[in-house]
Amino acid sequence: MIQIIAFYLFAALVIASAVMVIMARNPVHSVLWLILAFFNASGLMVLVGAEFIAMLLLIVYVGAVAVLFLFVVMMLDIDFAELRAGFIANFPLGIAIALILAAELIFGIGAYQAGQLDLGVADGRASPMLEASNTANIGALLYSDYVFLFEAAGIILLVAMVGAIVLTHRKHPGGRRGHQDIGKQNRRNPDEATVMRQPEVGKGVEL
Amino acid sequence: MIGIEHYIVVSALLFVLGVLGIFLNRKNIIVILMAIELILLSVNLQLVAFSAFLGDLVGQVFAMFVLTVAAAEAAVGLAILVIYFRGRGTIAVDDVDRLKG
Repeated sequence: MIQIIAFYLFAALVIASAVMVIMARNPVHSVLWLILAFFNASGLMVLVGAEFIAMLLLIVYVGAVAVLFLFVVMMLDIDFAELRAGFIANFPLGIAIALILAAELIFGIGAYQAGQLDLGVADGRASPMLEASNTANIGALLYSDYVFLFEAAGIILLVAMVGAIVLTHRKHPGGRRGHQDIGKQNRRNPDEATVMRQPEVGKGVEL
Repeated sequence: MIGIEHYIVVSALLFVLGVLGIFLNRKNIIVILMAIELILLSVNLQLVAFSAFLGDLVGQVFAMFVLTVAAAEAAVGLAILVIYFRGRGTIAVDDVDRLKG
């Protein structure tokens, strides 16, 4: 019983917040609804016993991606009302395509439920060990069979990081104020960098 | 009893909402990127649900890789968005024709 209540709660909330993500007038609100959607999706994953992926989803999406979105939305000075101009005009086409896609997917689910599809059976190599936790199971699989894919994922993240830095980094020609010149810093000596003063009592220092 | 079909329906609805978001917010690339995140979330949910119901952990390992690629895509996409905004002063995507494609 409690599983059914939890499933319908999480499912309803994830769908509702996905609707709000695409309908919200303010993109900041969209990001906040996106965070709620991710929380509820990870709740759905916990419900089937995939707690490692669920926590990873929270850490990666809410901790990194949503904050990145919020940062960009708030940093750029954008007139969002102007960007919403085509919303009503695109509505009928969008709804029509969405309904067609939804009908197709639901049709597929119905056909799957009708049975008689030969899906084969899992070969058992990746079936979970019963006495170990979900995290231990995934670790055992990830660091043995999928270790090269794991390293490839690391390389993807490295390339993405370098790419994002290269794209957004600005070189300032002609040394703007606050630009660091290491040679100049090393050439400084105490005589020209500091001044000794003996101010009279009650008077300030002219710098 | 909650079966795999329930998860497929939720995930299908989430996917369709993501596609709808791309159609509705054709000008606002930030919301388009968020809709893509929704689509990837629905795929992840599907992979995890099938992995759990079939008793095969490869789905969860694969969901991790999808997560990795989604994070990298968001980072690079937002970086492109920032430099585009710097050059043009707007992020309206329906007049992106610099490459004349």
